Order: sequence, then C-alpha cells, then structure tokens
Amino acid sequence: MEILLQQIINGLVLGSMYALIALGYTMVYGIINLINFAHGEVLMVGALTSWTIIGLMQESMPGTPGWLILVISLVIACIVAATLNFVIEKVAYRPLRNSPKLAPLITAIGMSILLQTLAMIIWKPTNKAYPNLLSTTPIEVGGAVISPTQVMILSVTAFSLVVLMWLVNYTKLGRAMRATAENPRVAALMGIRPDMVISATFIIGAVLAAIAGVMYASNYGIAQHAMGFLPGLKAFTAAVFGGIGNLAGAVVGGILLGLIEAIGSGYIGSITGGVLGSNYSDIFAFIVLIVMLTLRPSGLLGERVADRA
Amino acid sequence: MKNSKNLALYILGVVAVLALPIFLQSQGNAWVRIADIALLYVMLALGLNIVVGYAGLLDLGYVAFFAVGAYLFALMGSSHLSDTFPWFKAMFPNGLHTSLLIVIPLALVVAGVLGVMLGAPTLKLRGDYLAIVTLGFGEIIRVFLNNLDQPINITNGPKGITAIDSIKFWGLDLGKAWKFDGFTISSVTLYYYLFLALVIATIIISHRLQISRIGRAWMAIREDEIAAKAMGINTRNMKLLAFGMGASFGGVSGAMFAAFQGFVSPESFSLMESVMIVAMVVLGGIGHLPGVILGAVLLAALPEVLRYVAGPLQAMTDGRLDASILRQLFIALAMIVIMLMRPRGLWPSPEHGKTLQRKGVASDAPVAPGSLQTHAPGIETPADELPGAASRPMSINP
Repeated sequence: MEILLQQIINGLVLGSMYALIALGYTMVYGIINLINFAHGEVLMVGALTSWTIIGLMQESMPGTPGWLILVISLVIACIVAATLNFVIEKVAYRPLRNSPKLAPLITAIGMSILLQTLAMIIWKPTNKAYPNLLSTTPIEVGGAVISPTQVMILSVTAFSLVVLMWLVNYTKLGRAMRATAENPRVAALMGIRPDMVISATFIIGAVLAAIAGVMYASNYGIAQHAMGFLPGLKAFTAAVFGGIGNLAGAVVGGILLGLIEAIGSGYIGSITGGVLGSNYSDIFAFIVLIVMLTLRPSGLLGERVADRA
Repeated sequence: MKNSKNLALYILGVVAVLALPIFLQSQGNAWVRIADIALLYVMLALGLNIVVGYAGLLDLGYVAFFAVGAYLFALMGSSHLSDTFPWFKAMFPNGLHTSLLIVIPLALVVAGVLGVMLGAPTLKLRGDYLAIVTLGFGEIIRVFLNNLDQPINITNGPKGITAIDSIKFWGLDLGKAWKFDGFTISSVTLYYYLFLALVIATIIISHRLQISRIGRAWMAIREDEIAAKAMGINTRNMKLLAFGMGASFGGVSGAMFAAFQGFVSPESFSLMESVMIVAMVVLGGIGHLPGVILGAVLLAALPEVLRYVAGPLQAMTDGRLDASILRQLFIALAMIVIMLMRPRGLWPSPEHGKTLQRKGVASDAPVAPGSLQTHAPGIETPADELPGAASRPMSINP
C-alpha cells in the first residue's frame, strides 16, 4: 500500500510538470493549429539558464538563502525563455502562417534541432548537476515520503495554473485569446489583433515551459541539452489525451499521464512476473494515447476540435 | 523539340548516375558509401511519400518499418538466434543465412502487414492526431528493440546485433570487392548498383501508382476525405493500402541497411530519424517524385559531406564547434531557411489534386462521344481554372 501511495505522489509531481508543458502546446495549437516541436527546447533553455544563474549567484553572493536564488533564477529563466519563444514565432512561424500546413511543422522541427545545437555550443554537451537548493529532509505522509522539492513543484504548478486560468478566463487578453482560437478572422473584425494575441500566447507558453524546466531539473538534479525532448513529447501526448486546444484538458491529461506512468512503472514488474521492467515506462504514455484516441478521437475533454479535424 | 531535349537530359542523367560510383571510387570508398546511404534514404523517402504525399496521412513513426526490416534481416542473416537459443542451434547450427530472394519479399510483407496493423486503429484520426499516434508507435517499437534482450534475448538490446551477412546472390558476394583484369570494383560500388536498381524499381512503382486509379483515389482522400467517400471511394481500404505500401518500401530499405552496415542497434532508429525522413519529403516537394528524391539526396548527403568541411571550422573555433554539432547546426538552418523561402518545397509538383487529371486531356485530342471530360463548345474556361486556383496551397488537414 505504501508503494501505491508513493507512486501516486510521484505521479502527481510528474503529471503536474507534464501539465505545465502541455498547456503551452495546447494554447499554441488551439490558436494557430501548429505542433510547436520546439516547445520542449524552450523548457531546456529555461532549465539551463537557471542553472547558469544559480552558479553565478552561488559564487558571487554566498550568503543568499537557497529559495531566493531559486526564485531569482526562475524569474530570469522565464524572461529568457519568453524572449526566445517570441523571436521563434516571429522568425520561423509567422512568415509561414498562410503556407501549406507541413511547412511550419518542418521549421518547428528545424528550430528544435537548432536550439539543441546552440545549447550544446553554449553549455557544452555534458550533464550538469542541478543543485538542490531546498532542505533535503523528507516529509512523511502516511508511510510515503515527499521531498521539499516535490512540495515546491506541486505548489508552484498549482499557483501557475490558477494564474493562467484567471488570465484566460477573466482578463481582456484571455478573452482575445479565446476569440482568436475560435476564429481569427472574425476576431480581427471585432478589433482584436491576432498577431499580438499569438505573440502573447507564445510568451505565456514559454513562461510555463521555463517554470516546468526549472522544476524538472530540480526534481531530477540534472540539466542538459537534450532534456526537453522527451518531456515535450509526452506533454504533447498529454495535451492530445485531454483534448487538444482545451486548457482544462491539458491539465487533466498531464496529471493522468503522470499517474499512469508512475503507477505503471511501479507495478509492471510484479504484474508481468519480471518479464517487463520499469525500463518500459516510456511507452505507457503512447499506449494509453493510442487506446484513448481509438476510442475517443477528440480526447478526454475535447469537443471543439471534433468539428474541425 | 522540347521532347528531344528532354530525352538528351534523361540520357545524360542516366549516364551520370551509372558512372557516379566509378568516379567517386577514385576519391575513396567513403564517398561511395555516402552515395549508398543517400540511395537508401531516397527509397525511404519515396516510401513515406506514398503515405504523406499521396494519401495525406502524416506519419511520424515511419522509421519503425525501417527498423523492422533491418532487424528482420539481422536475425535471419546472422548467427544471433543460434547463439542464444539452443533449440534453434539444433535446427540451424550456423544460424539462418537466408537468401536475398527470400529476405526482400519477406521484409516487404512483414513491414507491409505491420503498416496495415498500425493503420487500422488510426483510421478515424486525421492530421496532427495521426502524427502523434504514429510517433508514439515508432517510440514503442524502439523501446522494445532496446529492451528485448531479457528475459528472452531477441534483439540483443542496446548492444545491437553484429556480424550480419553481406548480400549474396547467384554466387556473387557484395561484401567483397570484385576483381578482373587488374580492375577492381569495390564492395560499396556493388551495393550502389543494387540500391540503385531498388530505387529505380521504387520510382517506377511510385509513378505507376500515382497515375493509377489507386493513386487518384489517394489524392482525392488527401484533398477532401468526405467528398472522396461520397464519390464511392472506399477510404478505409485505400488508407490501409497506403500505409501498407509505404511501410513495405521502408521494410526493404531497412533490410538493405542491415546488410550494408553489417550491424544494427536501436540507436539507428530514433524518432529523429523519422523526423528527418518527413523533412526530406517536405523539403523536396511533397507528392512530387523528383522533388522527394532531391530532398532525400540533399538531407542524406549533406551531413556526410559536411563532416569533411567541418574540420577546418573546428580548428578555427578551438574545438568548441565540433563536427557533429556543426552538421546539426547546418541541417537545422537548412530546414528553416528552405521552408521560409520555398514553403512548398524545393521542387514542388507543378500541379496536384484536382488539376492532375486535366493534364491528361490534350486540347486537340479526339473527343469520345458522350465523354464528360472535355469542355462543351462555346464555354471557354471553367470557373475553377482561374489563375489563382492552381497555386492554391496544398492541404494536409482540410
């Protein structure tokens, strides 16, 4: 029973990170129908930037408390990632807005490779130890343990989600985003500038990705140039799982995916009598996705896209 | 006039392609190797072009079929199975060393069946949903290849399978250089001609498919699936056929790859590989055979050629910019720049979809009585022949 509880906690932590990344995918997809393959790389840039800032701060200001360093590095990582995503959209996606649908997909893939390469040049292609800046004493909850880092991940994610929901549902920008997602041309007739809305969406997505990147690196204690790819892929899976274009769907999809992955890899060994081990954990996401889409092609909460696809 | 000029160009092209390895051979076998790999990629890209270019089904897991073909040949052409299973050794003491004439059709069939199996559950999906599911499928195959070394060792895990047979047929071993009268044709050159033959077969099949009823049905599905269905096209069977046919080319190409390299490991079948094949098709000009070939040759040969150019640059930057990083950088930049400048690909098809069949109707051809294809006299141009209509951007996901 302790194993189950432990895996549920791990799954929630993992899932909340997927949810953060998935939101970026789903917002971009909802508005311009593009799988932004470079989204995972924005996450990676965020994590590596914060790693650099932490290193610099620990060297120059040794007395600063860990949480403050983390917060400052997080803010700077968000700013860098947001600028980066803003530029990517301007350079690689905007000129192709009216081109065949596959063209922006290829530039997105190109961007993803380009960012990984640049990261290799800037940060060297080695694994970097991401320091643990919070206390390491684990907190015990009914037989399972949860580390302060995990508590931080859960609370930061919850906070970001609340802010995002408020932004999308109760602000002028959010209304403009929803209108543009519904129909950009009609939105433009109503006095909304779709270009501005799309830029804003990319910036918000990048901030979420950078937060997820810092959380990811703190959780695993490692940052490197290829770290964004797999979480990006799984987050996109989560977004499709929940119904792409649907914000609540991305959150639900992300958390469910994290839970399925954690519980699945915790139990697959004992269920199959040791034939399949936890090294298969990466495929749960995809198997669930295939089954899900076969049964319900628009995803868990997806309705809007059904008429468009 | 124009025809004779075209013919001359054709002949020139054929001679150039046939003579290429002889010329490259004098510069060293490494260059012929690059040409060989490029040919394999041409085959892969042409196979994927059937799925993506003709039928409009975006498949991001295509490398899975390549992997299946490669592992099929690896298992049948090495002693791995005999080494691991005693009962197998009892039957075949030295391992199966299957003939090429069995392996090629077998790779074709196995990969094709797998393609249909992948296609079946995804029939309802379109566009990006399909892309992500096929991508997941590719990853599943790769994870299995990576982990099927225990408890039963089938794929030998991340270590891969080594010592795979070279290709032999009719007493001819392509793994060894050919000698007569002091003149040698190296092994890689022999492979070049084999791959060239396969590529030409692929081109012919692709071309015949494109202009056949099946090809037109695929394109109808690509342009508008609902309309195609309404016109009586069995969209389910047609899509499955596209998946199957595309996959079978991937399977054959994979088998050739295994034989050529003599070694397979899961690393060769990463997601990035799938993505690169899609990039070849799209960069070159989706759905257009010469374009796809151009894209494949470009993206396959470019990184290898850059390997030689990268050396000096690396020295200039104190080794910070090493060759592999530089190659990636160039590929990424090429993908972005080409797409920004030519969003329909480097060599897009001059017409497609609705405009395709109109090409066949010559203006002065005799009109069969009752034919609906020609224009009624007195009516000049149909509305959809307005200049803008032909340049309508192609839609993968209407």
